[in-house]
Amino acid sequence: MSDTINAEYLGMNLQVDGLDNSNLAYFKHCAEHRFHLQKCDDCGLIRYPVAEGCSWCGGGKATWTAVDGKGEVHSYTEIHHAIQPAFKAYTPYMVLVVDLDTQKGAPTEHEALRIIANLVTADGVLAPPDVVAGVGIGSRVRMVFTDIADGMAIPQFTVDEDAEQPSAPWRYPAE
Amino acid sequence: MARIDQLDPELGASLREKYAIVGVGETEYLRGSGTTVRAMAVNAVRNAMADAGLGPGDVDGMLSYQGADSTLSTFVSADLGIRLNFYMDVMGGGSSTEALTGIAMGVIEAGMCETVAIYRSMNGHSQTRIGGTGARAVAPVVGEFLHERSYGWQSAGQKFAPTFLRHMYDYGTTPEQVAHVKVAHSHHASNNPKAYYKNRVTVEDVVNSRMICKPLHLLDCCVETDNATAIIVTSADRAKDLRQIPALIRGVVGRVSKPRADLHYQAGPISTVAGHYAGPRLWRNAGVGPDEVDVTGSYDAFTFTTMLQLEDYGFCKKGEGGDYVSNGTTFLGGRRPNNTSGGHLCEGYTHGIAMVVENVRQLRHEADDSCPIGPDGKRQHTHDHSEGGCRQVKDVEISANLGWATPGTGSAMVMRRGV
Repeated sequence: MSDTINAEYLGMNLQVDGLDNSNLAYFKHCAEHRFHLQKCDDCGLIRYPVAEGCSWCGGGKATWTAVDGKGEVHSYTEIHHAIQPAFKAYTPYMVLVVDLDTQKGAPTEHEALRIIANLVTADGVLAPPDVVAGVGIGSRVRMVFTDIADGMAIPQFTVDEDAEQPSAPWRYPAE
Repeated sequence: MARIDQLDPELGASLREKYAIVGVGETEYLRGSGTTVRAMAVNAVRNAMADAGLGPGDVDGMLSYQGADSTLSTFVSADLGIRLNFYMDVMGGGSSTEALTGIAMGVIEAGMCETVAIYRSMNGHSQTRIGGTGARAVAPVVGEFLHERSYGWQSAGQKFAPTFLRHMYDYGTTPEQVAHVKVAHSHHASNNPKAYYKNRVTVEDVVNSRMICKPLHLLDCCVETDNATAIIVTSADRAKDLRQIPALIRGVVGRVSKPRADLHYQAGPISTVAGHYAGPRLWRNAGVGPDEVDVTGSYDAFTFTTMLQLEDYGFCKKGEGGDYVSNGTTFLGGRRPNNTSGGHLCEGYTHGIAMVVENVRQLRHEADDSCPIGPDGKRQHTHDHSEGGCRQVKDVEISANLGWATPGTGSAMVMRRGV
């Protein structure tokens, strides 16, 4: 068995258990700033988050596959009242639900690889309020990583400066 | 279409009105109970037994639900002098009461026991805070939660919010429409002496209260309280000999889930909730439809949860939930009031069981604490729902409870007034 990863991030103790082989593999890729997900050997669909079987067909075997981290904000929340103490310094911060371009519309038109992450700056720090205020449903984002410890990073999203952005992404109406 | 999605219309009726809720009880809604979850659970079950007219020798089953924040049936039964033929303590929150009622029916039907007490006991404000602050906010982040809590995405409100915002995007639902849920429930609570918050609020009060996480303002969120609540389920035959008018169970569904119960955002339109899947099975089992329901108990952890469930269980067309909750239908005096106790937004937080209790009292025609008592010892309902007045809905015959765990999982139950 591998060593358990213990990392401190924003006042939290993140632990990847030494028995948790799937999460260890996922975060090993993340630490190298590569986004890899499990692709089912049976039906060929990629799944998120890390799992021990295919959530679409039940298949038991999968292969770690590189996934491009570009996508579009499908929904979000903007958190003004943080629960975890160390997040209070960054409010309002954004949690994004991002539809990746990869596998968008599969297995049906209503699905996508919907990735949960924060809106961050290009170097992986929770985005400041003026950046948060410009992002909404339809915004184009790209994946970056926040380094947390040796061998541990988490995927995040930042505004995709090279993409064509909607003129006015949909934002909660009462600003 | 998967085989499990094909409902045989002939099935589902075999246990209809064969079981009933015959007793209900609770403790006071407090912030600072000053006592243990065990002591509160014992008091709630004792109150429910007294309500039904049952002694320790009459109850032989027990079910409870919790999130590693409560006591166990072994202790509660012992403290009440009950010898158990069946018990089970399960994990879970807001989709539990209806599901456990179905389990109680099943185990009685199977001959495993005769009468089941179901309870939820929590110090949701003074010990394990339901809002997620305190001990739960600083616990190590492990396993599946690495993909959620690492992003400051932890509390129920934070995790449901993308569903709520997407409903606004997809259907044009407005914050003001949904704020009416809080307004209605606050009006109801003003007629409920048990409620923790009894003050009536306006739409402006809700949308001007401070932002918690978009689109949820403070007053879109339920109250945290300390409380225990209990109900008692037995056969309709046995109910005939008991003290109260029974609330006959016409149909239940339990923890019906969207695909991807692990992370429901992966499947389907995210502005559609589990009621979309649960509704057809509920109405098939109950043998009635939404039009025949007189009073609802749609879970109000947040204003939006009430709206989304009423919509996806078919009380209005898809996308019209904002209109449904703001056009007067769900207010006392309206066609189909929701959460006449004030619900979790105002009365107190119990993970859904108190909403079942309120509907049982509505079906008994005893959901009132202020109308004058007549010569028969019963309240003479005025049906004047102004502040501090009556909260009994006129001529209630059928109720529906819609329990919510997450956007992806729900439970529901239809009851009818017995004789």
